[in-house]
Amino acid sequence: MFFTYLRRELRNRRKQTVVVAIGLAVAIALVIVVNAVSTGVRNAQSEVLESVYGVGTDITVTQASEGPGEGGGPGRFDFGEGEGEASEDGTRSLAQDRLSTAMGSTSFDASALESVSGLDHVSGVAATLDLQNMSFSGEMPDFEAMQEGDGPVTMQMGPDGSGEGTAGGSSFEIEQFSVTGVDPDATAVGPLTTATVADGRTLETGDENVAVLDATYAEQQELAVGDTITTGGEKLEIVGTVTSTTGDDVATASDVYVPLATAQTLADLADQVTDVYVQVDSAENVDAVAAAIETELPDASVSTQSDLAENVTGSLSTASNLIGTLGTWLSVIVLAAAFGLAILFTVSGVNRRTRELGTLKAIGWSKGRVVGQVAGESVVQGLIGGVAGLAIGALAVWAVNLAGITLSGGTSGGGFTMGGPGGGPAGAMQDAGGQTGAAGGFGGARPGGLADAASSAVDVALQAPVSLWIVLAAVGLAVLGGLIAGVVGGQRAARLRPVEALRSLA
Amino acid sequence: MYQIDDLTKTYQQGKRVVRALKGVSLTIGDGELVAVQGPTGGGKSTLLQMLGGLDRPTSGTVKLDGTDLAGMSDAQLTAARAETIGFVFQNFNLIPTLTALENVETALVPAKIPRQTRTARALAALESVGLGDRGDHLPGELSGGQQQRVAIARALVKNPKVLLADEPTGNLDEETRDEIVDLIVGLWKDQGLTIVLVTHDSVVAQRTPRRLRIAKGAVKDLTAA
Repeated sequence: MFFTYLRRELRNRRKQTVVVAIGLAVAIALVIVVNAVSTGVRNAQSEVLESVYGVGTDITVTQASEGPGEGGGPGRFDFGEGEGEASEDGTRSLAQDRLSTAMGSTSFDASALESVSGLDHVSGVAATLDLQNMSFSGEMPDFEAMQEGDGPVTMQMGPDGSGEGTAGGSSFEIEQFSVTGVDPDATAVGPLTTATVADGRTLETGDENVAVLDATYAEQQELAVGDTITTGGEKLEIVGTVTSTTGDDVATASDVYVPLATAQTLADLADQVTDVYVQVDSAENVDAVAAAIETELPDASVSTQSDLAENVTGSLSTASNLIGTLGTWLSVIVLAAAFGLAILFTVSGVNRRTRELGTLKAIGWSKGRVVGQVAGESVVQGLIGGVAGLAIGALAVWAVNLAGITLSGGTSGGGFTMGGPGGGPAGAMQDAGGQTGAAGGFGGARPGGLADAASSAVDVALQAPVSLWIVLAAVGLAVLGGLIAGVVGGQRAARLRPVEALRSLA
Repeated sequence: MYQIDDLTKTYQQGKRVVRALKGVSLTIGDGELVAVQGPTGGGKSTLLQMLGGLDRPTSGTVKLDGTDLAGMSDAQLTAARAETIGFVFQNFNLIPTLTALENVETALVPAKIPRQTRTARALAALESVGLGDRGDHLPGELSGGQQQRVAIARALVKNPKVLLADEPTGNLDEETRDEIVDLIVGLWKDQGLTIVLVTHDSVVAQRTPRRLRIAKGAVKDLTAA
């Protein structure tokens, strides 16, 4: 009788049942989507961190940049008088290659590595030297012939910029790429530990003057294993290409990887490093080790994985914030509205059925049975809503995953624009702030070009997972909504006196 | 069957205190068919509520087979209504979403008997009121007289000791009214049921051997010598 009555009742007030179920379904679908996407974004965030810092990295140690101009290379090319090759008309062809620490990072003494590895609970350490290579090539007119100028010709560029330009009859091109010096012996932590070899091999102990390229960068530059790449004025043999473990066509943290010693020599930074990656034996010791490092190296800036997660920039952090705040609040509001709707309809249903429920009490139905009947109807409504919501939510998540949204994230400072005469081709630009593909187009329209200082930008395809846990939680939530409505409605039904059955007016 | 002593019932209706029953004492014997008449608001329905254990008296006792309904717990009252007392209402009070047969079955739900037995008994009850072929009809598909027959079947299916009817013909036309009264009188004669029939219709009251009149909260036995 319970199910017959329940089914008939829900079918009889089909409209209300549908409205309540839809309300709950929309709320549940939203909860599922928001949860799945935020989990996806969180996963993307940790993938970015893993790509940039390496799996198993718990703490990174860097030296804070002391201020603009001091941190990173000045990006200054000095050409002495008579340098370069002069052509017949007096125009000089010039080319120079500079390798210096990346924008926003400062090198510090490698002895920090020993200090850190000596600490308790540290299970692995690796140091890297993050560098930026800038090459200048172009032609200069014979300034002496044009005007009686003394001293060397100096082109002052903003640091880290890439661009192409012409100035007063000269034409030049500036290209830049990131270079990371890694210790080939450190296999536990570091940026290369998340990369897989696409072609050739990775760096090995004893390697000198060789380079491993990011596969995406290699493809862009049309370089392959066996070619050479000029870094800091030195031709390095390309021994391999690597790709991110995150997915195909996803860039790794750096364009070029070279042995640490090579990087130090080429950049003229003997025994200097920019980053120390630290692995801690267990998660609970991370904070203690971080504190110990801070004591040991007072000038260093120490970041744990959770600190780093907060520093993830780019569309990833925007998505994370959007989902985190808007998504959560939206689902809470819609959920509350759906619950309210369910309660409202249940209570109005009980009010409308005063005589009916009173009659059942009069013919001997216990309070519990009447309440159970009312609550049962609401719970089933919730269940219908939950299942429908699950279907809608799964469909929406599937659509999100199918859309192949790529999020981009970096871990250091924001971008800056560099103004220069003339428009640079989009191909010479890097963009780490926007969605890949979409941002490439507008770059060309800007004078000079746009370069982002986020030297370690990584693209991650958004994969929103739906876990069994969230499926159960979502259906549970819908049933809970029905149950709350049922309890509220049932309480009204319980208070109802059987005398109501005798009232002549309905 | 019923032994009522000094029964009073007062209601708070807004700021007004309504004294619906003022010290009623009454005995209804086993197998009696009693009509209760009286003006609207005179206390007819209140008396029926007290007899059916739907509400509690302000003072006095209502003994059903020697047990005071006023002293029973809610659960005991529910059990008494489920097993001993059958109700018939003026507006039939059928569950609109359930068929005639299912409506009759609702009265057997508290008894927790097997489904098949329940359905068989409900069908038999429907047949006894002449609606054996209407079991799968919804109340909305039945006439007023037919609905009241279903309601009577629902009241009787549990074999109660007493049938309480509140204006059972109040919403019916004369012809149907006579049919229903015939049915009730027939049941009384056949099954020896105790029946209390509240009605303002003198034609109905004339068919019963004992007639009571309630006015201003006091009972007067019209058939007493």
